[in-house]
Amino acid sequence: MALSTLSAALLIARKDLAIEFRTRTAFFSALVFALLGIVIFYFAWDPTAVAPIDLAPGVLWGIFTFSGLLGLQRSFGIEQADRAIDALLGAPIPREAIYLGKAMANLVFVAAVQVIAIPAVELFYGVPLFEHAAPLALLALLSAIGLVAVGTLFSAMAVNTKLAEMLLPVLSLPFFVPIVIPAAQATARLLAGRPESEIVGWLKLLVAFDIVFVAACMLAFPFTIEE
Amino acid sequence: MRDVSLTLETGDCLALFGPNGAGKTTLLRMLAGLLRPSDGSGSVAGVTLPGGAELRAAIGYISHASMLYSALSARENVELSARLFGVRDARDAATRALERMELVDRADMPVRQLSRGMQQRVSIARATVHEPRVVLLDEPFTGLDDSGSAALGAHLARLRATGTTMVLVTHQIAEGLALASHAAIMRAGELVRSEQGAAIDPVEYLTIYREHVTHGA
Amino acid sequence: MDWLFAIAVIAIAAALTRVIYYTPFEAIQGPAQKIFYLHLPAALAAFFAFGVVALASIAYLWLGDPRLDRAAESSAEVGVVFTTVVLITGPLWARPVWGTWWTWDARLTLTLFLWFIYVGYLVLRGAIDDPSLRARYSAVLGILGSLLIPFIHLSVYLFRTLHPRPIVIKPSAPSLPPEMLTTLLISFVAFMLFYLALVRQRYRLASERDLLTIEEAR
Repeated sequence: MALSTLSAALLIARKDLAIEFRTRTAFFSALVFALLGIVIFYFAWDPTAVAPIDLAPGVLWGIFTFSGLLGLQRSFGIEQADRAIDALLGAPIPREAIYLGKAMANLVFVAAVQVIAIPAVELFYGVPLFEHAAPLALLALLSAIGLVAVGTLFSAMAVNTKLAEMLLPVLSLPFFVPIVIPAAQATARLLAGRPESEIVGWLKLLVAFDIVFVAACMLAFPFTIEE
Repeated sequence: MRDVSLTLETGDCLALFGPNGAGKTTLLRMLAGLLRPSDGSGSVAGVTLPGGAELRAAIGYISHASMLYSALSARENVELSARLFGVRDARDAATRALERMELVDRADMPVRQLSRGMQQRVSIARATVHEPRVVLLDEPFTGLDDSGSAALGAHLARLRATGTTMVLVTHQIAEGLALASHAAIMRAGELVRSEQGAAIDPVEYLTIYREHVTHGA
Repeated sequence: MDWLFAIAVIAIAAALTRVIYYTPFEAIQGPAQKIFYLHLPAALAAFFAFGVVALASIAYLWLGDPRLDRAAESSAEVGVVFTTVVLITGPLWARPVWGTWWTWDARLTLTLFLWFIYVGYLVLRGAIDDPSLRARYSAVLGILGSLLIPFIHLSVYLFRTLHPRPIVIKPSAPSLPPEMLTTLLISFVAFMLFYLALVRQRYRLASERDLLTIEEAR
């Protein structure tokens, strides 16, 4: 009785989340990193020269990528530890299910950090993010999907190399740029009360990025684990 | 890998010996569907290599790494495996597998709290929960002390008795021969000797093995 | 010395001579404008090199021939050099003409990201010893990188159009007088010859190195 890609992916996602819930170290590290970053950047600028509302979007999405990387590191680290990945590869499931399952778990992880980090930016920078909760939630989801799509694939590759932790940021960050620019620009415009038409363009770019890279990374994934 | 040809019938157990780097792990990984052969042909449990999901469903693979998630319990690891293999009533199947390996009282602790010998037993439970027709074991005795080895040997003998076809890669000649119906030696990617071994004398075999292995190219 | 390499060096020397002595100055920008004849051909070569990396990567994943991986590797190493030339000549041109070292010009920014992708590709290759794993992973990165380029371009383009710049955007080469166009073409041909010569040399080195690895493994 073979499993479909989605059922297998859900099993793997649940497994990843169960492990993370047990240990919690990665989540708290990523969360604390995000909060510290948000706070430190507040003090890095002169508040009389730059208003917090101008700073907030850049800080929010910049920190989002770096804290996301922390969580992505461990995604395939747990599979490497005792070669648990071989057990997944030996199961009669499609290879894409492994990618999809881990990406879904990473998405939950990143979303969980965002749920705390975004209100933290509102709190520390005094910017009215909550007023724009719905479009912001959409932005957050789309950005998280893009981040996780690329980051999960590169995590699978980085873990098999000599420089694992250093390689993941070097490979991933160029790919995060078409996520951060639209997200930050759209957020800035939301806060400035600009008309919807200016924001929709950025959203469309994010959607296009997500579609292209989820598909490309899912197709590329079997090449990174098959021998 | 250069020239490896062998045939096994259902229920046979092959003990595969050889020095490090001989290609034993490579061979096992190919049979398990984890590695794609670049040349040649073969079939396992009726499925031609490389077999894909159909092949993997009929195989249980155990290596010297535990292949377990150390933060999860034995039960969770085995149950996950059962579900991934599409076993009906995964929970019950997992319990049965753990009972066979005498692990029920430690089933709910995180695996990292178990000894190496117990972890190996969890690995076997994980690899056999879906009742595969072929079980491949890559140096399962690694890191075990004498009593651990003896216990593992007993469990493998029980597995053998169920009629499962097995390929056992090991450096322990005596333990390997005790379980095996066939014995073979690999060196530098080649199968250099194989025989049926209902009654191979371990001491004699050790001499033969040393001859083949240190003989030089 | 390899004949192609010799021809390429002569071509570059000829192009440089023409640029310096036989091409008139541009009216507004003066002598600094001549950097353009190095800057643009280098940029074209740099992007062409990446195109080769991307195509070789796709072909490698499809066919598995290690020669394709060597071609990708060689093109990437040569490509990063040309990209660096673009990133150096860009500011050298911008400073005397526009008074600032860096402008976030859309094309220059895209070239900067091309540089980052190249570097990532080479760092990845350096971090893997196993040749077949290295080839596979590099191919995946090569393909994904080529998908990234249009998205970076779009992001930067949208960013710029919604942020009107006070500085006049750098003129490209819309209507060049014939002598300048000829110089540009000569320079372009010289750079492409140089690219081919360098890739050929690098490919040879890669082949020898791979042969050695196989010998050592025996």
